[in-house]
Amino acid sequence: MSATPPRLEMDRLIDDRRTRIIVCCGSGGVGKTTTAAAIGLRAAERGRQVCVLTVDPARRLAQSMGLTSLDNTPRRVEGVQAGGSGSLHAMMLDMKRTFDEIVEAHADPARAAQILANPFYQSLSSSFAGTQEYMAMEKLGQLRRSDEWDLIVVDTPPSRSALDFLDAPERLGRFLDGRLIRLLASPVRAGRPFTKVINAGFTMMTGALTKLLGGQLLRDAQTFITAFDTLFGGFRERADATYRLLQAPGTAFLVVAAPEPDALREAAYFVERLGEERMPLAGLILNRVHRLPASRLSAPRSLAAAETLEAGTLEPDDHQVAVAALRLHAERMTLSEREQRVAGAFTSAHPAVPVAEVAALPVDVHDLEGLRRLAKDLAGWEGNPFIPSPASTKPVREDGSVLASRAWLAEPQPAEPATRSSMSWRS
Amino acid sequence: MTARDTDWDGVRLHVVTGKGGTGKTTVAAALALALAGSGRKVLLIEVEGRQGIARLFDSPPLPYAERKIAIGQGGNGNASRPGGDVYALAIDPEGALLDYLAMFYGMRSAGKALTRVGMVDFATAIAPGLSDVLVTGKATEAARRRVAGTGSRYVYDAVVMDAPPTGRIGRFLNVTTEVSDLAKVGPVRAHADTVANVIRSPQTAVHFVCTLEEMPVQETLDGIAELRKIKGIQVGGVIVNMARPALLAGDLHQAPDLPALAAALAAAGLGDTGQLAADLAAELTEHADRVELQDRERAELDAAGQPIYELPLITEGIDLAALHRLAAELRDQGAA
Repeated sequence: MSATPPRLEMDRLIDDRRTRIIVCCGSGGVGKTTTAAAIGLRAAERGRQVCVLTVDPARRLAQSMGLTSLDNTPRRVEGVQAGGSGSLHAMMLDMKRTFDEIVEAHADPARAAQILANPFYQSLSSSFAGTQEYMAMEKLGQLRRSDEWDLIVVDTPPSRSALDFLDAPERLGRFLDGRLIRLLASPVRAGRPFTKVINAGFTMMTGALTKLLGGQLLRDAQTFITAFDTLFGGFRERADATYRLLQAPGTAFLVVAAPEPDALREAAYFVERLGEERMPLAGLILNRVHRLPASRLSAPRSLAAAETLEAGTLEPDDHQVAVAALRLHAERMTLSEREQRVAGAFTSAHPAVPVAEVAALPVDVHDLEGLRRLAKDLAGWEGNPFIPSPASTKPVREDGSVLASRAWLAEPQPAEPATRSSMSWRS
Repeated sequence: MTARDTDWDGVRLHVVTGKGGTGKTTVAAALALALAGSGRKVLLIEVEGRQGIARLFDSPPLPYAERKIAIGQGGNGNASRPGGDVYALAIDPEGALLDYLAMFYGMRSAGKALTRVGMVDFATAIAPGLSDVLVTGKATEAARRRVAGTGSRYVYDAVVMDAPPTGRIGRFLNVTTEVSDLAKVGPVRAHADTVANVIRSPQTAVHFVCTLEEMPVQETLDGIAELRKIKGIQVGGVIVNMARPALLAGDLHQAPDLPALAAALAAAGLGDTGQLAADLAAELTEHADRVELQDRERAELDAAGQPIYELPLITEGIDLAALHRLAAELRDQGAA
């Protein structure tokens, strides 16, 4: 049996004024951006001054938050039902502009202009794998230092792997500080005992690089590196400061995953990595979980019932709806059981990680109302917000086996009666 | 070779892209199985270092080498004609760079020394398109490789590439433009041109994997529009993945007759039928909403004018049997 992890209490996390940064991470396609937006909205409507920093939102979601352009400036989101002090701002990251701003902040105008015009800098700032992640961190640091918001929710860049977010800044720093770069930047000095060795290696390398990339490109790189050298200390310091910020107690990481093997494998890597880096993990958000009102009816029984009906009917149409409903239910139960198995594998390995789940929605979310409902679900409103739950339901404990495997999702909460009754089908 | 006509006869390099979470790797693998008919040999390539193919086929991590990984779809119902071979290869920029240096300059050991001091990071930073050129270059090389001595027969009858996601595909395939800003002349430029000639020929098709949901459909349409702007690139099919069948006519889903449903459930020997009928009806209604959304999204995809193939959601999870089921679907629908 899988372990029973604690429940991730979203409202406690966002209501706690000590929570200053929430980082949503996870592999691509699991709904990070939407989750970050939903959390931001709920926090704002519960009185926090929130800024959501997003990297690549879907067009309609961006529109719903009033983000029409990538302008690197937090914009106020209209339509937030914030009682009293709460407010919501949102911004889309412009990584090149963020990079440019760092250069401008750390170099005198002449040198900054020289760097900004360098072709090598231009490709580095717009397409080096990791620049986006680095700049997301940088922007986060800036927003935090400005102290204009008391909660910042960050959506991490859509990268191949969830770990890229943690590694990329380090990678960019290492790259700019790397041996090869140092070699290229400093002309080989004569008179040192090891010059010959370096010289041989250097010639070989520049030879290969020139073959590969052409001489002009290499010269651009050397010019850039020499100009950037004076900035580098500041650059590195900022990266380190932001990294420390992520380790601070006011930061909470939320790992978002769909109940799929790949997404949960990434989530597990990420959880382990956060532990190694001593970064504060708040919990796992299991997104797009299929919840079934009739989960007490198992897949085999449902199929058997469908077959009984089909075998017993005289007219083919007689029980058409019932047969379809039972077959659909059996299929959904199979899917849902697989999701539980996959999630169970994660929770067995990481029993202490709090989990919150969000129901799979039949339609996409692209307005504030949708975000609001999603956040409500995330915060523990048990029941599928898109399936009207029968009000009269009493807990049905018919067949313990299926229910037991769901037990970890249904930790009893100090909740109002309405919530408890809508929980019935899974507790 | 099969005598059957497929929608993509003449295509040797199948590039498969899709939004994250749509099952791009699964579909690429199924397509490779489908293409590997009797006597045919297919190479399935992974380019993102995720080892998704190895996991899918339950094999150890793939090296930078072509390894046989599966047997393809057999001849149509003919047991004496088993399927052809599916090989797999994981291309990483570092391996591709070493390959390139060795192939064109005989510089394998120098290349190895370079990778130790961060050469790949450096080279890809200095010319971001470079690793894409090297990776696509390896794929096009495999697609054009001929059996030594024969001079005419290709080693692989088809190559399937599990490519980067839709958001990055235009840039990934538009290799010449990507490197041309930086390398105006020189060997990389010449290499990029050769690669581009294959990518932008009728021998290559770019297929989009998509689920019938708003964001993936929008990204697919954007991706198709982007590729159509690149001269010579052939947009292939749209492969809808994880589709749900309609089951019933819409009105029956939306407003099931509860007493009738309860009566039917009782007839099937189930208890607590009043509540169960209500719960099952709720599930039917939710399914109807999803089917309605699917129909809307399918219509959007139709408007793009590319052939559409549809693969069902496999609720049990993807294993080899499931891959073969999907491969059979792709063949039946003419994709392979």
